[in-house]
Amino acid sequence: MENKVLLQVKDLETTFFTDDGRVPAVDHIDFHINEGEILAIVGESGCGKSVTSLSIMGLVPSPPGKITSGQILLNELDLTKQSEKEMRKIRGKEVAMIFQEPMTSLNPLYTIGNQLTEAILIHNKGMKKKDAANRAIEMMKLVGLPRAEELMKDYPHQLSGGMRQRVMIAMALLCNPKLLIADEPTTALDVTIQAQILKLMKELNKQFKTAVLLITHDLGVVAETCERVIVMYAGQIVEEAPISEIFKNPQHPYTKGLIQSVPDMRYKKETLYSIKGNVPKPGSIQTGCRFAPRCDFAAERCFTENPPLYEVNSSLVHKSRCFLQETEGISIAERAVESR
Amino acid sequence: MMPELVSNSVDLSTKEEKVVGPWKEAWRSFRKSKAALVGTAIVVFFILLAVFGPLIAPEGINEQKLQDSSLRLAPPSSEYWFGTDDFGRDIFSRVVYGARISLAVGFLSVILSAVVGSFLGIISGYYGRWIDTIISRIFDIMLAFPSILLAIAIVSILGPSLQNALIAIAIINIPNFGRLIRSKVLSVKEEEYIVAAKAIGMKDSRILWRHILPNSLSPVIVQGTLAIATAIIEAAALSFLGLGAEAPQPEWGKMLSDARVHLMTAPWTMIFPGLAIMLTVLGFNLMGDGLRDALDPKMKN
Repeated sequence: MENKVLLQVKDLETTFFTDDGRVPAVDHIDFHINEGEILAIVGESGCGKSVTSLSIMGLVPSPPGKITSGQILLNELDLTKQSEKEMRKIRGKEVAMIFQEPMTSLNPLYTIGNQLTEAILIHNKGMKKKDAANRAIEMMKLVGLPRAEELMKDYPHQLSGGMRQRVMIAMALLCNPKLLIADEPTTALDVTIQAQILKLMKELNKQFKTAVLLITHDLGVVAETCERVIVMYAGQIVEEAPISEIFKNPQHPYTKGLIQSVPDMRYKKETLYSIKGNVPKPGSIQTGCRFAPRCDFAAERCFTENPPLYEVNSSLVHKSRCFLQETEGISIAERAVESR
Repeated sequence: MMPELVSNSVDLSTKEEKVVGPWKEAWRSFRKSKAALVGTAIVVFFILLAVFGPLIAPEGINEQKLQDSSLRLAPPSSEYWFGTDDFGRDIFSRVVYGARISLAVGFLSVILSAVVGSFLGIISGYYGRWIDTIISRIFDIMLAFPSILLAIAIVSILGPSLQNALIAIAIINIPNFGRLIRSKVLSVKEEEYIVAAKAIGMKDSRILWRHILPNSLSPVIVQGTLAIATAIIEAAALSFLGLGAEAPQPEWGKMLSDARVHLMTAPWTMIFPGLAIMLTVLGFNLMGDGLRDALDPKMKN
């Protein structure tokens, strides 16, 4: 169970065809999620996190977006090759998603109960409305919503943000999906509510063995919830590591920067560290490392050559896309050649 | 097993703040506008007139009194409130019955054009691409003609009758509704709950009719009320030109047209039907403006 791969993303490239030319928002990324695991993808806004999740759901707005290469294997089934009709059966049932804005992700015109039962009935044709309603109530209780029966009759505007996010989580879990994609589920919530929602997601992950792909820009969220972290930058994976490694022993300068940018309550500092500059527009940096212009350690070659992913300390679980690793680690590509 | 989260949280569920629903809020701001209330009162008055016409009108629509010349073109009196026309028919009765025709034409044509226009607009807005191009260009072409001219052309093809006038008015109003709902759909389909609906595996058709359509209707309601006013004017205009209502029908525009020749000698034959048209249109316009202020979030401060 522990190490069975649920979702394998191979060489995924999602491109947006805009008036300014091709913009590769997700640029040849590889990763996997094991069954029942919580994996986080971290990065600043605009680094391709959300597009990655939309690609898995097959919901990249098209046009202008399109998955231009690679595979997304869910239990060996390539999602990029499924028809829209087949994808509809997978969405909600196999892979569910919750969104950043709980305030706007429920239709304002229908009651909570109406929307929850609708979600059940989509994947359980022929189920009685009453059974669906009971299931919805059961699920609402499970995600910690008080007075579930009364809430069924309430409209979204009558609920607070935290409650709505719980409703969204309930809706996502109604059909027992194998994978739950949570796209910044706590960003729009108060800090106190954030912790509750994260705790809830962790509990549900344990209880239902639902794998969670947590997309966030908040390292605090990462530390609290997940087992493995992927750091993305400008459409690429720059570092991948288990949770303990990423905070204790970050390798990529970008990851180090991110961690330093989190205020530490233990020390009183005059100024907070910040990574200078902004995330480059995807596709704007053609040669060299994409982080080089903002990097404190950038050498000359960083501007001319694109670094591959290196293994850190020859460990199989920690990878970093930086030339600093070259002396110790060997690149994944070289390892592949070696093992042949 | 499942954690019993309900039992301990019941006590927490104390009185929650009453949140005002979107419709209640709209009603609240609608009620504030005096003009909108006056408009609604006028509209309700005419609707009652239309519904209870036979009870209110003292005479039928075509009770001619040709033999008695003193009753032809008689000025308003206690017996004939609005006077009589050249056939000796009671104008008050005809105006009352006319409310039926005008309101029916107004409502039916608007419903027809709103339904067709919404359907086309929603498809063009949601699917975009070539479907959108085709539908939008057809709307553009239709809007390139002055609307009354287009209506005249359509009635000429179909043949003059009240029913064909209604159809013509419905057709010329389609692009207004179509464009309106298309632009609304364009913004609604980007809403997160639509993406969320897709993410639970909902079909396109279901998303369209159950989630996008109801959320795009508020501008149609506003435009609908305003369009009833224009439709009433257009119906009157077509009848005035002899392309709508036929001879004994007490259509207001038709009555105006018949009264033309008596403008100098018997102005009441013209004043009262004209007044009726003006008041109904004013009522619908005031009500529509009030609705727009109440439903359009941009108008709120």
